[in-house]
Amino acid sequence: MPQHGDSDSRSAVDILIASDRVPANARPDLLTEDDIWALLEEVKDPEVPAVSVVELGIVRAVHWDGKELSIDVTPTYSGCPATELIEELIAEALRAAGFRHPKIKQVLTPAWTTDWITDEGKEKLRAFGIAPPEGSSSKMSLLGEPEIIACPHCGSKDTERVSEFGSTACKALYRCKECLEPFDYFKCI
Amino acid sequence: MTQAEALKEYLLRLADSDMILGQRLCELCGKAPALEEEMALMNVALDLVGQARNWYEYAAELIDDGRDADKLAFRRDAHDYRNLLLTEQPNEDYAVTMGRQFFFDVWHYFTLKSLTESSDERVAGIAAKALKEATYHLRRSSEWVKRLGDGTEESHRRMQEAVDILWRFTGELITPDDTDRVMAEAGVGPDPDQLAKDWRGMVNEVLTQATLTPGAEDAWMYMGGKHGEHTEHLGFILAEMQFLQRAYPDATTW
Repeated sequence: MPQHGDSDSRSAVDILIASDRVPANARPDLLTEDDIWALLEEVKDPEVPAVSVVELGIVRAVHWDGKELSIDVTPTYSGCPATELIEELIAEALRAAGFRHPKIKQVLTPAWTTDWITDEGKEKLRAFGIAPPEGSSSKMSLLGEPEIIACPHCGSKDTERVSEFGSTACKALYRCKECLEPFDYFKCI
Repeated sequence: MTQAEALKEYLLRLADSDMILGQRLCELCGKAPALEEEMALMNVALDLVGQARNWYEYAAELIDDGRDADKLAFRRDAHDYRNLLLTEQPNEDYAVTMGRQFFFDVWHYFTLKSLTESSDERVAGIAAKALKEATYHLRRSSEWVKRLGDGTEESHRRMQEAVDILWRFTGELITPDDTDRVMAEAGVGPDPDQLAKDWRGMVNEVLTQATLTPGAEDAWMYMGGKHGEHTEHLGFILAEMQFLQRAYPDATTW
C-alpha cells in the first residue's frame, strides 16, 4: 500500500489550496473553442442556478487562438448586481481548466434580450419554477396589456400579475388563480 | 462651446439625474407602503444607478483627468452636480413619489429613444440598453398616476396636489440650453423641439386619463440643475450618499 497516512494528513487544507491552483496536467492549449463553450455551460447563473450563463445568452463570444483567451459577456440589466460575480465565476472556471490569464470583456452592444435565452434554457427555467419569457421582445408595446403567462407549476393560463418587479430586476411576480401558487416570471425585454 | 466639451457635460447630466433619482428611491428601502412596491422601487433605483455607472464610465474616459466613475459620483459637490431639479425633490407621500417618477420617466423614455439613434456609437449602445429598462419604469409609473388620479376622492386630491407641487420643476426637462443644442446639432442628443412635443403629448394623455389637470405651459419654472444651481435638497442627499467615500477616501475594502 502506498503511504496511506500521508495522503490522509494532507487532505482538507491542501486540497483547498490545491483547488486554487491550475492542475498540473491541465493542457488548455489542446482545447478547442467548442471545448471552452462546453466548459462555460457548467457556469451557472448565481441568481438562477438552474441555467448556465451560456443558456441565458450572457456569454456572447469566445476568442481563442491557442494562446490568448478572451470572453465577451453582456449584462442582463444595466444595474444587475450579479454582473461582477458572473465574470468572476467565468474567470474561475477558466483558470481551473488551466487558462492562466483569461480576459473577460464586457460588451453593451447589442443590448441583451430575453430572445437570446436558448429553448433548453427556457425549459430549465420552467422546471425550476420560473415562467420563461413569452413572445419576442421586438413585439412588445409600450403601454399595452401584459401578456398571458402560463403557470410554471400547473400550466394554467389563469394567472395574474402581482407586481411588475420580483426578487430581481429581471423578474416579475405573478400568482396562479388555478393552483394558487405564486411564481416568478422572467420578463421579456 | 465645442462638441467635445458639450458631450462631457451632457454625459454628466444623464449620469447625475440617474444617480440622484436612484439615491432618492433608495431612501424608501425598508419603509415603502407595500412589499411589492418596495421591490419595484428598489429595482427601478438599481436600474438607474447601473445606467448612471455606464454614463459615468464614458464621461470619465473623456474627461481623462484620473477620476473614474466612482470619483465622479462620490467626490463632486452639489455645484458640480448636473442633475435635473425634479430628481432631487423629496419623496413626500406616494403620490409625489410616483408623480416625480412619471414626469421623469416620460422624459427619460423619449430621451433614451432618441439617443439610440445617436451619432455617437457608445451613447447609442448605453441608451439602447437603458431604454428597455426605462420602458418598464414608464409603464409602471403611468399606471400608478392613473390609478391614484382616477381612484378615490382622497387619492385624486393627493395626486393632483403632487402634480401641482412638481409642475414647476418639469420645465427644465424640456427647455434646451447651449449644451442641449450643440448635442442636437451634432446628432448626438435629441432634437429639443421633438422632445418637448413628445413629453407634453404623453403627459397630457396620461393625466387626462387620470382625470388630472396639468399645470400651465407658461407657468414659472425653476431651472438651473443642469448648471449646478440646485434646490436645498441636493446637499443633504450628497451628505448621506458620499459620507463613506469622503470619510475613508480611496478605501478598497469596506
